[in-house]
Amino acid sequence: MTYAMVARRVSGLLLSALLLLPLAVSAEDAEAENLPFSDLTMTEPERHVSATEECVAPEAVMRRNHMKFILHQRDDTMHRGIRTRRYSLEECVNCHAAKNEQGEYIPVNAENQFCSSCHTYAAVNIDCFQCHATKPVRASRLNGRSASAAHPSGGPGNAPHPFLVSEGNAQ
Amino acid sequence: MSDTSNRIDSARRAFLNKAGAAAGAAAIAPGVFLTTPAVARPADQPVSSEKRWGILVDTNKCASNCDACVTACKDENGWGSTEHHSSQEQQSQWIRKVEIRNRSTGFVATLPLMCQHCEHPPCVDVCPTGASFKRADGIVLVDKHICIGCRYCMMACPYKARSFIHEDLEDQLPWAPRGKGTVESCTLCVQRVDNDGTPACVEACSAENHNALVFGNLNDENSDISRELARAESIELRADLALNTGVRYRGI
Repeated sequence: MTYAMVARRVSGLLLSALLLLPLAVSAEDAEAENLPFSDLTMTEPERHVSATEECVAPEAVMRRNHMKFILHQRDDTMHRGIRTRRYSLEECVNCHAAKNEQGEYIPVNAENQFCSSCHTYAAVNIDCFQCHATKPVRASRLNGRSASAAHPSGGPGNAPHPFLVSEGNAQ
Repeated sequence: MSDTSNRIDSARRAFLNKAGAAAGAAAIAPGVFLTTPAVARPADQPVSSEKRWGILVDTNKCASNCDACVTACKDENGWGSTEHHSSQEQQSQWIRKVEIRNRSTGFVATLPLMCQHCEHPPCVDVCPTGASFKRADGIVLVDKHICIGCRYCMMACPYKARSFIHEDLEDQLPWAPRGKGTVESCTLCVQRVDNDGTPACVEACSAENHNALVFGNLNDENSDISRELARAESIELRADLALNTGVRYRGI
């Protein structure tokens, strides 16, 4: 064994001793907590998905395409006065907003809520709610508008979205 | 407006629609009508230039101590007392009551002033991004998705009808999105009009029994507003600019 080999082995032992030192200190802790990054946990987003009602498109489609649906609907509504409800942002909020213990709605863009949880994780900034309502507005105010009656079921607005058809991922 | 009246209205509308369709269908062969039945535009159909919406303001009927139209607009569209950090001059104003006095006679008239929904809107001419636009049915709007807040349209508008939002807002209404850094103005309650409704100001004026505001389709000669315009004189504000406004005035 050459001098160089001995030196390498000794320094390797020293290094591993240094690395193991913190583990030795907290030896009584559970084994899982000793793994690197074990203190980092994935927070499950607040999803608020109805058990009885389905979303306007399959979940995988919505995850990939919801922004296209909303963008398309935005221009149709703003410039052409087309007010179908199926892909309207308002209906997203109506369904996906959660309530707190007091029974009051929490804004969908609040921390860990439906919109913000994913967008924070993906580091995507959403501008929608600088202008748009973040909570369902009281049913009393909606009364007498189409907004009250027109949940995304039935009516001409229920046709499949053009994006779904063109991209062939509707099924 | 109360929930009860809404229910009655919608029920009556549904009945009238059916009755109208039945009467129309009975008229002649399929697809041929003596008169066009007044059927609501389906939600998935775009607006068209067959209609042009307008309001006639009769200042003789407009009460000087009444601002029901302004209050109704605030309530419907969620402006007013929403901006807590802006000065009075900076706060949004979609519609306001204006008092005018004839210096020689001392006669005082009041009138509501809002976006005049011009056929040739100067705000649309000057907009550098295309955010300020006129819909096919004549309603002039700001697409806040495109608006960069340059406020050129505010300079161009002869009626001082537009406002700029200077601060972050909360609790906006779903049918009237508004936000910091964009320009806004009267939308002619487009959310109501698209559902066969009447602007909130007009409804409020009728509820006060003043009936100073008449809303309707200027392109339909049988509409209330067209008949009223044909019956007696009315003017455009700043008619010299030849903007062909959708809002017209009488009695001033």
